Amino acid sequence: MRMSFDQDTTLQSGYKAVVVGGSAGSTVVMEEILSQLGRDFPVPILVVQHLHESDDGGFAEHLDRTCQLRVIVPCDKQPVEKGCVYVAPANYHMMPERNGTIALSVDEKVNWSRPSIDVTFDSAAHAYGNGLVAVIVSGANKDGAEGMKTVKSCGGIAIVQSPDTAESQVMPQAAIEAVNPDYILKPADIAKIVTQLVAPHGQGGLSNDRTPEDPDRR
Amino acid sequence: MRISNIENIEIDLLLEAIYRRYGYDFRSYARASIERRTRQFMSHAGFTYVSDMIPRVLHDEDLFSQLVQHFSVSVTEMFRDPFVYRAVREEVVPLLRTRHHVKVWHAGCATGEEVYSLAIVLREEGLYDRTTIYATDFNDLSLEKARAGIYSPETIQDATRNYQKAGGGSSFGTYYHSQYGAVRMDGRLREKITFANHNLVTDSAFGEMHLVFCRNVLIYFNRELQDRALRVFTESLVQGGFLCLGTKEDLRFTKAASHYETVNGQAKIFKKKGFT
Repeated sequence: MRMSFDQDTTLQSGYKAVVVGGSAGSTVVMEEILSQLGRDFPVPILVVQHLHESDDGGFAEHLDRTCQLRVIVPCDKQPVEKGCVYVAPANYHMMPERNGTIALSVDEKVNWSRPSIDVTFDSAAHAYGNGLVAVIVSGANKDGAEGMKTVKSCGGIAIVQSPDTAESQVMPQAAIEAVNPDYILKPADIAKIVTQLVAPHGQGGLSNDRTPEDPDRR
Repeated sequence: MRISNIENIEIDLLLEAIYRRYGYDFRSYARASIERRTRQFMSHAGFTYVSDMIPRVLHDEDLFSQLVQHFSVSVTEMFRDPFVYRAVREEVVPLLRTRHHVKVWHAGCATGEEVYSLAIVLREEGLYDRTTIYATDFNDLSLEKARAGIYSPETIQDATRNYQKAGGGSSFGTYYHSQYGAVRMDGRLREKITFANHNLVTDSAFGEMHLVFCRNVLIYFNRELQDRALRVFTESLVQGGFLCLGTKEDLRFTKAASHYETVNGQAKIFKKKGFT
């Protein structure tokens, strides 16, 4: 586990998608992370925040104004595109499919939440396998911890906001206890490392163990 | 090959086994949901691998019916998305009024919460007496619950709040009776509802509908099956008939798009075009 970001030379690259989950106290953090990502961000980002049922896209619109990236609330079967941020709609679970589209569901709440971070992380882990970067930030319940386990068991990278920088520590703390995260970082560093992890091979990190020919890569 | 790709094969085999043994076709369901439900059922039933389940599902009908129930769980609520019911009142009802007799198909009605919601709207708008609502689902257990119209007091609390937001013109309390710690929807709301089994995966159109109401059902289908279901709806609707989908369902990604014009983009209410 690494506690800081300092031009990490062992960093890997070539990751295919990013998922971010948070609840209480996460709006500022997500804004801080996402606003640092450039317009040419090479992979899709899926964001799950515990929204009130009546949110009709206000959070996404806010992010869209403050970020260079395009931020949208997807409809069911929406194709996933690189450089686009998909915010789970209130009252729906959001699941990336293996075929590169987004599926929504109105299944029961998980951890009293719909959207639930566990649900999105779970299906993202199966869809992207070891090409997934998962981030848990500030939040007041334990949603996301189980999802992080799946992410790790499918070979993805787990990043957690350092609890001392989080307004609500329960969620990051639960994620840290559930898995041994690859990184525990403050928000500004999360943006830097995510950028490096998703850089195409040969442009970001120095890793050579994730070549495009790797049969496990999607 | 990584473990989740192996599991992917196992799920293909499971769905194929179910289809060939029992005729239920889940092969065209939205994959992520089916995978999630399969994993949940697997851990609940104590299997380690999906492939362990296959022989049991093939030979044990009870286990199969539990699995089908688990696959077809549907969560719904009365007046879900109140603004949609408001839009139905304001933008659909005025045109339904011009019809001598109104036929509504509520496809995938699950346990019936939204059928009763629609019945209440039509009643308050003075249309109910000349309406027939066909409420269908492929799950008989759900249909039975829908027909009974018995719900928990919590359901009714939420319903009351949503009813008011949906522009309800009366007191919601007049639509149900409390009995034995539960509530039962007023029998008069059921008078014009015909409950029937219909499977959008395999069954065909039934016709001359003025409104097809199908919310948060298509999200459980893959794109091909969505196209099939929408074709059935298009065939069932009269010209100028309305189609109301879930608020995050869109015709944009489907083959049916060209047959409809948008009436209310937020409430996902569409109108079938005439001959063009």
